[in-house]
Amino acid sequence: MATILAVDDSASMRQMVSFTLKSAGYNVVEAVDGVDALAKAKTMKANIVITDVNMPNMDGIALIAELRKLPDYKFIPILMLTTESGTSKKQEGKSAGATGWIVKPFNPDQLLSTVKRVAG
Amino acid sequence: MSIDLEQFHQTFFEESFEGLDEMEKELLDLDMGSADSESINTIFRAAHSIKGGSATFGFTDVAEFTHRMETLLDEMRDGRREVTQEAVNLLLSSVDCLRDLLGAQREHNEPDKENVITLQQQLDDMLKVGSTPPAESSHAAASETRKKEVEEIKETEWLIQFHPHPHMLRTGNEPLRMFNELALLGDLIVKADHSKLPAFCDIAFDECYLSWELTLKGSVKHEQITEIFEWVDDDCDLSIEPVSEVEQHSQKPVKGNGETEKVPQTENKPVEQKGKTERRKSSLSEASSIRVGIDKVDELVNLVGELVITQSMLSQTNEDDSGNQDKLRDGLAQLERNTRELQESVMRIRMLPISFAFNRFPRMVHDLTQKLGKKVELKMSGEQTELDKTVMEKIGDPLVHLVRNSLDHGIEIPEIRLKNGKPEIGVLHLNAYHQGGSIVIEISDDGAGLNAARISSKAKSQGLIDENEVLTKEKIHELIFNPGFSTAETLSDVSGRGVGMDVVKRNIKGLGGSIDVDSEEGKGSTFTIRLPLTLAILDGQLIRVGNETYIIPLISIEETFQVSYELINTIANGTELYRLRDEYIPIVRLHDIFNLQPEHTELTDGLLAVVESDGCKVGLFIDDLLGQQQVVIKGLETNFRRVDGVSGATILGDGTVSLILDVGGLIEFARKRQTKAVA
Repeated sequence: MATILAVDDSASMRQMVSFTLKSAGYNVVEAVDGVDALAKAKTMKANIVITDVNMPNMDGIALIAELRKLPDYKFIPILMLTTESGTSKKQEGKSAGATGWIVKPFNPDQLLSTVKRVAG
Repeated sequence: MSIDLEQFHQTFFEESFEGLDEMEKELLDLDMGSADSESINTIFRAAHSIKGGSATFGFTDVAEFTHRMETLLDEMRDGRREVTQEAVNLLLSSVDCLRDLLGAQREHNEPDKENVITLQQQLDDMLKVGSTPPAESSHAAASETRKKEVEEIKETEWLIQFHPHPHMLRTGNEPLRMFNELALLGDLIVKADHSKLPAFCDIAFDECYLSWELTLKGSVKHEQITEIFEWVDDDCDLSIEPVSEVEQHSQKPVKGNGETEKVPQTENKPVEQKGKTERRKSSLSEASSIRVGIDKVDELVNLVGELVITQSMLSQTNEDDSGNQDKLRDGLAQLERNTRELQESVMRIRMLPISFAFNRFPRMVHDLTQKLGKKVELKMSGEQTELDKTVMEKIGDPLVHLVRNSLDHGIEIPEIRLKNGKPEIGVLHLNAYHQGGSIVIEISDDGAGLNAARISSKAKSQGLIDENEVLTKEKIHELIFNPGFSTAETLSDVSGRGVGMDVVKRNIKGLGGSIDVDSEEGKGSTFTIRLPLTLAILDGQLIRVGNETYIIPLISIEETFQVSYELINTIANGTELYRLRDEYIPIVRLHDIFNLQPEHTELTDGLLAVVESDGCKVGLFIDDLLGQQQVVIKGLETNFRRVDGVSGATILGDGTVSLILDVGGLIEFARKRQTKAVA
């Protein structure tokens, strides 16, 4: 089963995303911000990355751009968690190389169906 | 899949409350006008997380409320709105309101709805004015939802022209994935156009050269198809037309808004690491703590207490047989060292930095100065000084009272300060440090200071001192700790809520501490609180009366000496006074109080231990002084009942129970007996 790197600075969100994905059988690695995620991404090979946008130290947009520079992460799906109002953020994310987005708030089912879409 | 979201609530509440604390702290630190963008970012992020979490976990009222705050903060962050005191105040009240809302959710209570509505209205009002029109409308979300024509679900054939831009693969989007999804909607025919494929040696492996013409047949809505292509909207030329119409408009696919050769912009914006943020982080990591159930900690403390007792028992055995038991002695020395180390480290678990008590003050000072029309800078130092949790809990209220007093009575309003040649902004300084086995907390201000004349005239009118009595400045200052004593000309709603300095003093006394005041008129005042680090252990002086051993807290003993006959005076009703230099000190015979058979009944045969509490002294008449040692305090009330003149008990090395004398209580006892004697 695919390994998913889940990045969010909010512990409750991280728990929820991780729990949902694990319940569906995915392997999940959690990271607390962009810096943490980038470091973890280099030591493993995630099949999918799901990242929050607003985070301290390194935000989601910068993380996506950094990940796309790594050979292992050039083509994999990277989804960003964004809010409905963040149109400009979606655009920024896309420019940085995001595959798509999941709009907050979402429930576990929405998360899973979106992940299934890209999990192939 | 059904996942119970409730399991994440606890974490959500915890992090939300932490986020609120952080928001409050940052809001108070904001400089008006030229606010640090990283601070605003931090505040925004906290609000954003709370909003996202509350919406996800189903707390819609919290989400709606936070949304307004977030919008306001977003405008500040983008520089579209100035950081005004008014906005900061509103945000601070909103933080309080969120605490209330979240607290209500956690406790399943009803929040203060009226307050929520008022604040929401205020936020809405503020959002309406004062911001330069946003570059991107906040209603973008609404405009983003494409015009959806009412489409009947009927069997249609769609012709989809899909021409990806060369870079599309680099966004991780895969045409095959989209085709698979389309195939789920109906019958799909895929025709690839490879005419743009370059010669093999010119192929860049990460570029997309193919385009497709797809025919989809089924009861499919237009929006179902656009949804599948939603993520690549800008990365391709796409047209989706019903087949019947295709023949009419035989035109090229509509161009997407993306340029054909749009290179992915790697617009890295690494978050600027300013010195300020780094410093903040390091102080955070210093304060990082584990959560330990207090009951477990109590048990540990108790166990170590037992260990201390065992150790002192062993060392006594050693002293009894003074043979050549070097090994035993060495072992004991080691046990003693280990015990002490273990004790110290276990006590440390209960120790918290005093910042836990100090943290509430920035907000309090902010609110009160606004209310009082004063300008005050709050300085805090020694926040990392550690103090026992139980002491911390009890020192909070007295500190609040002292800070309120300083703000209300101490620091003057700006006009008066300027008139008196002082800087307009007053300084309130909270400082904490360790001194010996105690912690010292100072609350000082550069305000008006205590008015000695007013205090003494007030004391005279209340009959606390005689009309003609002349007191030293120190004695006059001490008068403010008398019950019912207030020098405030008018009682404001800030201080003067019926809690006086006497209560402050009593509470601090109750903790085994003391409070002093040092003040100079016109220059300011400093209140100094001294507290024991912990309530569980004290340094004690063992004394003997008859066959009984008692313990006097070392801190209350002033001196101990043999009595000279000629300095004893007996007044009415047999009260004995001892002339110690220029003071007369009442003598308390401990054997009288505890009904014991003493070794000595003649004062000159025994010893007098002069103890002090509350500025009063008495001489305790005892038979002998024994050693000094640290004792583990055991409550008497929990196991027996309250006994006057005794504050607790401990177990000595030989296993006997020894009572710890309550010096304040004994002095009170002596005073009562004196009054009775005079009456």
